[in-house]
Amino acid sequence: MSDEADLSRRHFLTVATSVAGGVGVVLAATPFVASFRPSARAQALGGPVQVDISKVDAGAMVRVIWRGQPVWVLRRTPDMMQRLESVPVASLKDPNSDESDQPEYAKNATRAVKTDILVVVGNCTHLGCAPIERFDVAPADLGPDWVGGFFCPCHGSRFDLAGRVMAGSPAPTNLPIPPYRFVGDNLVLIGDDTGASA
Amino acid sequence: MSGARTEAAAGNGRMAQLVGWIDERFPLTSLIREHATEYYAARNFNTWYVFGVLAMVVLVIQLVTGIFLTMNYKPSAEDAFASVEYIMRDVQWGWLIRYMHSTGASAFFIVVYLHMFRAMLYGSYKNPRELLWLIGMTIYLALMAEGFFGYLLPWGQMSYWGAQVIVSLFGAVPAIGADLVEWIRGDYFISDITLNRFFAFHVVAVPLVLVMLVVMHIMALHETGSLNPDGIEIKQHKDSRGIPLDGIAFHPYYTAKDLVAIVIFLALFAAVVFFAPEMGGYFLEHANFEPASMLKTPEHIAPVWYFTPFYAILRSVPSKGWGAFLMVAAIVLLFFMPWLDRCRVKSIRYRGWTYKLALGVFAVSFVALGYLGLQPATEKVYVYAARVFSALYFAFFLLMPFYTRAEKTRPVPERVAYHAGK
Amino acid sequence: MNTTILQPRARRMLLTVVAGLLAAGSAVASGGGALADHANVDVGNVASLQRGARNFVNYCMGCHSAQYVRYNRLAQDLGISEQQLIDNLMFAAQKPTETMTIAMRPADAVRWFGVAPPDLSLIARNRGADYIYNFLRGFYLDPTRPSGVNNLMLPNAAMPHVLAGLQGTHEAVFAEEGESGATHTVFREFRQVTAGQLSPEEYDQFVRDTVAFLAYIGEPMQLERQRLGLMVLAFLLVFGILSYLLKKEIWKDVR
Repeated sequence: MSDEADLSRRHFLTVATSVAGGVGVVLAATPFVASFRPSARAQALGGPVQVDISKVDAGAMVRVIWRGQPVWVLRRTPDMMQRLESVPVASLKDPNSDESDQPEYAKNATRAVKTDILVVVGNCTHLGCAPIERFDVAPADLGPDWVGGFFCPCHGSRFDLAGRVMAGSPAPTNLPIPPYRFVGDNLVLIGDDTGASA
Repeated sequence: MSGARTEAAAGNGRMAQLVGWIDERFPLTSLIREHATEYYAARNFNTWYVFGVLAMVVLVIQLVTGIFLTMNYKPSAEDAFASVEYIMRDVQWGWLIRYMHSTGASAFFIVVYLHMFRAMLYGSYKNPRELLWLIGMTIYLALMAEGFFGYLLPWGQMSYWGAQVIVSLFGAVPAIGADLVEWIRGDYFISDITLNRFFAFHVVAVPLVLVMLVVMHIMALHETGSLNPDGIEIKQHKDSRGIPLDGIAFHPYYTAKDLVAIVIFLALFAAVVFFAPEMGGYFLEHANFEPASMLKTPEHIAPVWYFTPFYAILRSVPSKGWGAFLMVAAIVLLFFMPWLDRCRVKSIRYRGWTYKLALGVFAVSFVALGYLGLQPATEKVYVYAARVFSALYFAFFLLMPFYTRAEKTRPVPERVAYHAGK
Repeated sequence: MNTTILQPRARRMLLTVVAGLLAAGSAVASGGGALADHANVDVGNVASLQRGARNFVNYCMGCHSAQYVRYNRLAQDLGISEQQLIDNLMFAAQKPTETMTIAMRPADAVRWFGVAPPDLSLIARNRGADYIYNFLRGFYLDPTRPSGVNNLMLPNAAMPHVLAGLQGTHEAVFAEEGESGATHTVFREFRQVTAGQLSPEEYDQFVRDTVAFLAYIGEPMQLERQRLGLMVLAFLLVFGILSYLLKKEIWKDVR
């Protein structure tokens, strides 16, 4: 090997060292980027929440907090189910929940695992306000077409009793359904759907 | 082939346009020239000359890891200890970030001590580089403050009692001592209030000062130019274009060389971080794995190793006032190196035996004091040894004007000695 | 030199001596006063850690927490399933993601024992594995103590000998050493008074497993950190060789 400057060798070594250095910087940055992900404590606090709905009467609703979000569990009455079916498809933005956020097993007509139990995240998909439950039919303020559902006081988004958004609302999609499963007849585990299938 | 060349030229053209656009608004090119591609350093730098850049690398490590630690650390007496364990166990990769920071603290002092010793070997503090030395010494002071403030934050037993001891030292200031100590703590004991203000100093105030001082240090260095192991001013021999004959461009020559040093340093650093983060109790002290308790002092208190030379000097005197005074004096004397040293020859290569001997004695004393500062205070022999080495430490500085004035030096060559391929 | 089982007063003198030694910081395991055996724990031995975890939750967690340790992390590192975890280790917790806390409140503990039993998450990093190993093997009968036992490693320890059923009980044999007037008392040996469920060898292994577990929870990431360290060093080796070759090449210009 001569002592003369070998330009191609120099070029190769410059590129190789630069690439190795770049890889090193990316590898070194990885732990720092990853440290932003939820910590073990955040994961523990964000773990599944178990709700006992044996005390929830038909037509009543309970609220629980899961991962800092309000989750509603509503036991729909047969009457509510009929009213839900009566909602004209044309009046819904996303009747089949194609654009909306829900697990595969809740992507059905009632948006539920058990048809009468609705589990839904109570955050309006518009700008995050909490809609109010309005299960009354045709009240004065909501008009004669209202068959019961959820109404967002912030910007007037309307949702039916399956959390589906009405056409004409500013909210773009249906209320999200969190992952959940039944661990007993009256025990819902929100945030954990291991073993559940569509 | 020719197609590729045209493409490259076009690329260069666009790149040149962008650089031109920037240069009209910000002195990018001239900065790069001034500090890298046309900053000329002597070609004969040896290994002693890598510690400056290594200190910069550690500074960056400390800043980055420190910022990320701040995101999960809680500066309160109630939560601090637990938040450190939270970082170590619950935060993803938190343990790595924390170990990098704790190892970095010690690494910082290792490279800075070697960097300072380099200056003493080759006379880098001498005319015309006195200000460079003073700025560097101020960096060292800021670094000690940073280390001291930071050590309280984990709120372990050593954090607590170490801070207790060092804060109490301010009580040795005549007349206002007691009030001063209370003022520093902001309370009647080392408390949540003290922790919170130390946190502010550690993560905001001192790092800001450090970064500004480092910029000033480099500006001062590039004003005078780097010295070299021969202690020769390379600017005295320039070619027709005004480039020093013995100089080579910092980039690419020293950037390439420094890169090798950085990788070797990082390997050593990683070895500690991954295989011995406690470093046998010297980098992370065992007693600090117990939360701070006001009720009991650890059986053996020693500061972290980088303070122990001065701590040994403090302890060697059986008087609080004099001990504290001598400890401060031991640091302050370093500032006066440029004026205490009366010899005109810079590099140890051409200096007389007196300075060589004195510097050797100083280095041994410093290391010995560092060792003695780690030992328990009960052994009499350690106390006497600390006194002897303290005396030698001070003799190095106080006798310097005398033994350097009539030093028998060897003639300094005109040009630096460098053998390619050596 | 005479060998006796000490009377209480002499024993108190000894304890003063030992306490003095400890206070002087002249190492916990310095010849005369205490045990200096090595724990020889292996945090890479998952079986040992599993046994240690079982020992810890059954014998230590009545009083001691490990409040920074999460059960699910334990299960993951110790190679046990969530169900095994819940069945065998989780007596005080509801969810696997919880930390190993206990119900006893520190204020109550102070009333009962004089001091609150320390949290043990970091005890191995604080005191070292050998210390705990010797501490758990250092109990001896001492009727002057409220708990009826004393400890060679930590004189006047408030902790009762919760493992006495396993180890049995012992008396400590001390001896006087040195010139008359300047004698000091040194520990000679333990003499078994009642037998426990375990043989001495089995008991040592029991303690070793427990200490291994404590060493593991002190730094749960220690094995992962070493694995990662090797990869980092391997990368730096490659990068170092490349940068060294580049430096050699570029420095051919300089002569």
